[in-house]
Amino acid sequence: MSAVFSDPIMSSTLMSRIAGFRPTQRRIAICTFVGFALVPVFAAILGEPFYVRMCTRIMILALAALSLDLILGYGGMVSFGHSAFVGLGAYAVGVLSFHAAGGDYPLSGWLGVFATQSALVAWPIAILASSIAALLIGLVALRTSGLYFLMITLAFAQMLYFFFVSIDLYGGLDGMQMSGPSTLPYLNLGDRNTFFYVVFVILVAAYLFTKRLVASRFGMLIRGAKENEHRLQCIGFNTFPYRLVCFVIAGALAGLAGALLANNEQFVSPADMTWGKSGEFMAMVILGGTCSLVGPIIGAIIYVLLEYWLGNLTTHWQMLFGPALIIAVMFGKRGFIGLISKENT
Amino acid sequence: MNANLLVEQTLNGFQLGVMLFLMASGLTLVLGIMNFVNLTHGSFYMFGAFFTAALFKLTGSLAVAIPGALLGVAALAAAFEATLFRKLYTRDHLDQVLCTVGLIYFCNEFVRFAWGPSPLRAEVPLFLRGSVQLFFDITYPTLRLAIIMVGLVVAAFLYWLIERTKLGMLIRAGAADRVMVRALGANINFLYTFVFAIGAALAGLAGILSGPIYAVQAGMGDNVLILTLVVIVIGGVGSVKGALIGAVLVGLLDTFGRALLPTSISDLGIYVLMAGILAINPRGLFQIHGAKK
Repeated sequence: MSAVFSDPIMSSTLMSRIAGFRPTQRRIAICTFVGFALVPVFAAILGEPFYVRMCTRIMILALAALSLDLILGYGGMVSFGHSAFVGLGAYAVGVLSFHAAGGDYPLSGWLGVFATQSALVAWPIAILASSIAALLIGLVALRTSGLYFLMITLAFAQMLYFFFVSIDLYGGLDGMQMSGPSTLPYLNLGDRNTFFYVVFVILVAAYLFTKRLVASRFGMLIRGAKENEHRLQCIGFNTFPYRLVCFVIAGALAGLAGALLANNEQFVSPADMTWGKSGEFMAMVILGGTCSLVGPIIGAIIYVLLEYWLGNLTTHWQMLFGPALIIAVMFGKRGFIGLISKENT
Repeated sequence: MNANLLVEQTLNGFQLGVMLFLMASGLTLVLGIMNFVNLTHGSFYMFGAFFTAALFKLTGSLAVAIPGALLGVAALAAAFEATLFRKLYTRDHLDQVLCTVGLIYFCNEFVRFAWGPSPLRAEVPLFLRGSVQLFFDITYPTLRLAIIMVGLVVAAFLYWLIERTKLGMLIRAGAADRVMVRALGANINFLYTFVFAIGAALAGLAGILSGPIYAVQAGMGDNVLILTLVVIVIGGVGSVKGALIGAVLVGLLDTFGRALLPTSISDLGIYVLMAGILAINPRGLFQIHGAKK
């Protein structure tokens, strides 16, 4: 045996065999999604419907974190304003529902145009609203990079935050209660299990879509622009439009996450748009592992469970959570995925 | 708006501007020289106010409490820098943000844990209570006037430090090209720690001064931090002059916005200003030549 280890070629094949037992990202993703799919079953067996709700929340946050990974991990665009897109999506659904319920009674006039409870209308509008915001913010912010990009995205997010704080009609700082869940033909989104599987299908679809996206020519360009933008420009690519489209796609997915979040919480408030929330999404991406797409999903699981578990332990849970985050950043090289996966992307 | 109100609002604007300058001058140097996103700067602001309250309770004298608190904040910042932040300088901004956000969680919760969730009352010395007559029949609170004075003194001190001393020369050189400064053999570690400590002390001073005006409570630094970042982005990262002009601009705009516009949209004004400036010049008003982007 000792001879095997002393032979560099043999030991390296041995090492690669050991590494072979480590799962690929694909396997991790499949396991994660199967695990998610089984949650309502286990919750029913345990008689704890709360788990379904918590897990729905995890999947929605995972969708937002996944979209952030697209720009932050693959694109190298460290955005500190991602919660603005999530909040915008949530507000789109909330506002449409508000007018549908006649909450605008004294002003019901032209605002009545924006009245619908239907998910088939409201959710695309949420996506559109976030996309437009991402386009406008991206046009300014993407002219810079690094530190400036980070702070400009943060400042624009604050701008949107204060914009919604300022609208008294929609509850100002207090936010507003939704008049009910969005409606879909044949499905009752008010039912926790139905909503869970709707979110589940959306998350899986978003995962598959982004996975294809980053592997495509477009994705190659985005990743190339992160490594060396000048080189790409040198061989004739104008990187700006690609980066902008990537930013808009991430904003659109975050808007969809916001629409789902509004349905899950049945409440919309500016608190969803604070910079603290943006920081949480970044933490999820980092905890799970950047540039992996499944990493942020696992990051969302870790984040929510840690928050829940520490919150049960003590009211001062943030005194433990802060240092935990610091340790994870300082010593965890590539998050959870980096720890268990053999791939080194 | 009559003349009386105009003078008062202008002074209020300057007072807020001075406060923001105290915050921004330190942070812009940290961002410029170390290329380090330090979001804990707001916590130094908070600790300034809380250390003063605690020391005042202990000694009963503001003359002891305020210098003590400033030293405490500077020491805390130096300790953070030497143990934690130094390892993050070579990491990317993402790691820096998350680490310092984690530290904000800890600091805010620590303050809540140690001093309780309800706001504290900040002590004001007798001679600063009441108001002074400026000219004609225009009076202004003495405390706010004193804050403006302190801010001007600090600005003059910083000008002297940065433009007239050898240390300041190193700081300016560091903001422009830190690799070259290191290559030329300057003790860059000491420079980092020094800039960090003095920046934190200035943030602490801002916290102490604003304590009697705003509330002394956990998380008080979070909103100020964002305003500070806006000031720095407007002024240009690494530029103390930019920080001064950006701070006064933001202070005046915010104050007049509150006085003239409906309260609901007044918060938006400074972000619109920022977006406008960045749309024209994405690197802020005063770019430090060669500063790393």
